[in-house]
Amino acid sequence: MKLYIEKLMIIFNREFTGYFRTPLASIFLLVFLALSAGMTFFMGQFFQRGQADLNSFFVWHPWLFLILMPAIGMRLWAEERKSGTIELLMTLPVTNSQLVLGKFLASWFFTLLAIIMTIPIWITVNYLGEPDNGVIFISYLGSWLMAGCFLSLTSCLSMITKNQVIAFIVSTISCFIMVMAGFGLVLASVRSWAPLWLTEVIQSFSFLSHFKRIQYGVLDLTTFIFFISMIMICISINIFLVQLKKAD
Amino acid sequence: MNLLEAKNLYKSFGNINAVSDISISLNVGEVIGFLGPNGAGKSTTMKMLTGFLEVDAGSIEIKKIDLSKDPINAKSYIGYLPEGAPSYSDMTVKSFLYFVGKMRGLKDELLEKRLEIMLKDINLLEVQNQIIETLSKGYKRRVGIAQALIHDPDILILDEPTDGLDPNQKFEMRKLIKSISKNKGIIISTHILEEVEAVCSRTIIISSGKVLLNKETKNILKNKKENLDSIFRKITKTK
Repeated sequence: MKLYIEKLMIIFNREFTGYFRTPLASIFLLVFLALSAGMTFFMGQFFQRGQADLNSFFVWHPWLFLILMPAIGMRLWAEERKSGTIELLMTLPVTNSQLVLGKFLASWFFTLLAIIMTIPIWITVNYLGEPDNGVIFISYLGSWLMAGCFLSLTSCLSMITKNQVIAFIVSTISCFIMVMAGFGLVLASVRSWAPLWLTEVIQSFSFLSHFKRIQYGVLDLTTFIFFISMIMICISINIFLVQLKKAD
Repeated sequence: MNLLEAKNLYKSFGNINAVSDISISLNVGEVIGFLGPNGAGKSTTMKMLTGFLEVDAGSIEIKKIDLSKDPINAKSYIGYLPEGAPSYSDMTVKSFLYFVGKMRGLKDELLEKRLEIMLKDINLLEVQNQIIETLSKGYKRRVGIAQALIHDPDILILDEPTDGLDPNQKFEMRKLIKSISKNKGIIISTHILEEVEAVCSRTIIISSGKVLLNKETKNILKNKKENLDSIFRKITKTK
């Protein structure tokens, strides 16, 4: 087990520091901070609402992650396959699960760094009023879990192509479907012809429905299990795809 | 001492039989030259020997370890230079070699020593802190060799190690292969016949996934009337 974690950490370190070897990290962090702040203050009308909470900040996260998570995750496997380094990587004494987990965790913790950098907004709302910090903390945790779902899905899809742009587009569309599954309009259109149980199943797979519960400070076991299961399912498929597509 | 024993390997991709019934045995001190026209199955065979591709049929033993049953252990004895010497182009030479060394399980102290030896022996000292992307093709190939040798493996598998190098670089590469071959087993795939004559103790010629010739190089070259070039053309053409 110790050796397993050691190898995983080597992969993690290479991937995590890899974000900072190119301008990608700075561009991503800058775009994420600018967009989340812009959406919160201008579109979310943070000041006009006059409420001491961060709803107008978190409400945009599913839509921000829809674009930004595929941007982070698209290179995870597509680049390895295009440059041929996958051959080098997979002839090292390492298992597929160590590779997939190491890469995924690196991208997930990079996202955590981006999320942590928004903490000044949390400080601001505490300066202006008396928010429920428990709800805000749970919302941060939920936001990170949801980002993990987007990333694991993107990582999985980046294994099916050598082209990063294709990986980005396919991932964005897939993430969009996962978000929209809980959107009122979609559910209403499904409800008109499908049985209730199917509508409920579709809604239960929606990132949006689960994230909305978290936003209100409800991190119940179902929501937590949903996000963790989604991540685990995508990672398992990713491990399978690495074995299947490595030599294509 | 036997290092690698591959028996009756088969591999097909859809309807195409890439490798049919290839067997290879590699001993210490032996340098096998793996020759064949384009699409003969050289790279596929090498990918199977290194555990990158699974075999459809047949068996591979690395130092008596079954590659399919204990791949992690078996892979630790192999150093591999894939075709085109891929590497992480955004890393510096030193950090890339450090990464591979760590993945190979080398402890810090030993890794530092091996890094020093590799950078010196493979003439990478002056570019050690340079980003790989900015290096010339020759240097990139050397980085590929260095990563394959970083853990001082018993078996070295090199897929076209001199492809695209200038004559001086080719000469240096052959000198290096010769110098390390005494206590290792090496398999080199190449198109360059003079390379086989210069460094390989055994020559295997394959075409359409089948072994056409497997002989000691000196025995092939015994007949003064024929050289490796003419033998290669003769047997791969008749096939």
